[in-house]
Amino acid sequence: MRELPRTITETAQRLRAREVSAAELADAFLDAARADPFNAWLCIEPAHARAQAGAADARLRAGGDAPVLTGVPWACKDIIGTKGIATTAASKILAGYKPVYSATVVERLDARGAVMLGKTNLDEFAMGSSNENSAFGPVRNPWDPTRVPGGSSGGSAAAVAAGQAVFGLGTDTGGSIRQPGALSGVVGMKPTYGRVPRYGVVAFASSLDQVGPLTNSVEDAAIVCEAIFGIDPHDATTIDRPIDVRRDLDAGVRGLRLGVPREYFSPTGVEPGVTAAIREAIAQFAKLGAEIVDVSLPSTDKGLAVYYIVQPSEASANLARYDGVRYGLRVPGRDLVDTYKKTRGAGFGPEVKRRMILGTYALSAGYYDAYYVKAQKVRTIIKREFDAVFERVDALVTPTSPTVAFPIGAKTNDPLQMYLNDVFTLPVNIAGLPGLSMPCGLSEGLPVGLQIIANSYQERMLFRVAAAFERATEHHQLRPMKAA
Amino acid sequence: MLPIDRGRVEHVAGLARIALTDEELDRFTGQLQVVLGAIEQLKDVDTSAVPPSASVLPLENVMREDEPRPSLPVAVVLAQAPDREGDLFRVQASLEERPDA
Repeated sequence: MRELPRTITETAQRLRAREVSAAELADAFLDAARADPFNAWLCIEPAHARAQAGAADARLRAGGDAPVLTGVPWACKDIIGTKGIATTAASKILAGYKPVYSATVVERLDARGAVMLGKTNLDEFAMGSSNENSAFGPVRNPWDPTRVPGGSSGGSAAAVAAGQAVFGLGTDTGGSIRQPGALSGVVGMKPTYGRVPRYGVVAFASSLDQVGPLTNSVEDAAIVCEAIFGIDPHDATTIDRPIDVRRDLDAGVRGLRLGVPREYFSPTGVEPGVTAAIREAIAQFAKLGAEIVDVSLPSTDKGLAVYYIVQPSEASANLARYDGVRYGLRVPGRDLVDTYKKTRGAGFGPEVKRRMILGTYALSAGYYDAYYVKAQKVRTIIKREFDAVFERVDALVTPTSPTVAFPIGAKTNDPLQMYLNDVFTLPVNIAGLPGLSMPCGLSEGLPVGLQIIANSYQERMLFRVAAAFERATEHHQLRPMKAA
Repeated sequence: MLPIDRGRVEHVAGLARIALTDEELDRFTGQLQVVLGAIEQLKDVDTSAVPPSASVLPLENVMREDEPRPSLPVAVVLAQAPDREGDLFRVQASLEERPDA
């Protein structure tokens, strides 16, 4: 086979031209995944992948209208439940655990004939921005293996960047798809809250979590969204809205109003190389006929504080279920409570423990109003500021992350510095909006991510803006040197 | 608001049912003080006329018919139990036995 396909659209075209079979593709990608030098995978599932590929070939041979994802090899973040296939959330507390049902998103991709290669590494329970919090070792960045790929969906991002999978699924609670997308030089998209069923996904912070794609093109991200979007009786937070988000990919940005929130450029800590690449992208949008509008989201700098109350609070409740009783690790203690404590003390890594303590503290008697209720009030203010801005503009353009990929170990002893990685992505989760990160150039030889934010359920607008930029530029064609 | 100290971290870790080593207690106390320091800035935001966000969704109660459906087989549900007795998950007693029970 010549070079492996990079995109869903290219894969679909080559499969339909009979240039390659789904079975051959699966084998080639399994080989690439097995040879992975970045620790992107927690498990590779050759038998499962080959069975799905065989079924895909039968479907393609039958002709007709096989879905575009039929036979396309993909990588599943190991926080998304897969029936009979280990799902660990990169935690020792779930080592060996095999779900008894698959997540709705997995069932939807299965139904469309996609071929799951295996499960990818992540920060434990998706808590992190560098993939260094995995119980199974850090993921390395394909652009520079001494650096982090971003997190928490670092394994899916690295696998897609390195050409070991055509697309990946991630989850995004405060930036965990977009930030690794940015740092690894791929497209990463977080849908509007309520678009994608969370059923079968290990719960982290339930008012913030969404599943979304990591891909090598904007159109691919839209294709995956159309496959996984839609109401699910198993998740009462899913919402019924039109899902034909690919419709305006060719519409361009002429006449659109694109907002540039000034607060996303002022804080210290934004690298000059990042700002320069984003400014250049904004100039490109102007050249393409968009009207660039200076806007303000004054409470942006409060987002981090709101997030680090709401998110650990919800997580401390969600992770209470890991008690060593029904599945997973059990470390016996002198009585039942001691067994809980020893199990959780041995099973959780340091970042998970910190967040459990922070969340339990924020919810505890005497502190609940001062922390949790206060944060939810400021959350309302942040949401209202976005609402007001979207009365004036069609989308926002910002940096995804203040920095490019940083060296492994650089921030592991300073949680607050680590949290600041997500300062531009987490407001989007707080307000429940859709956001996308895409490559917009390099700084110091490393990818810079451009974040586009749209109003709730306006994914069609989000992809329209992103596709216009991708078509006018060549940043998405850059490849990590080490991946070939 | 009082800054969090080692004793309070130990207390809250107990509420969260997490055993910590002395080294973890020392390290987490310092780290949580820094994080809580950054969170303190919310005090300065005037929220007197603002309701708390319960959800970002434009949804009220989502109702459905209460229909009986098959559940997972007991054997499947129990298959990964760290300890079991028959069709039950086995754990240590959480209440002391009453002699007359």
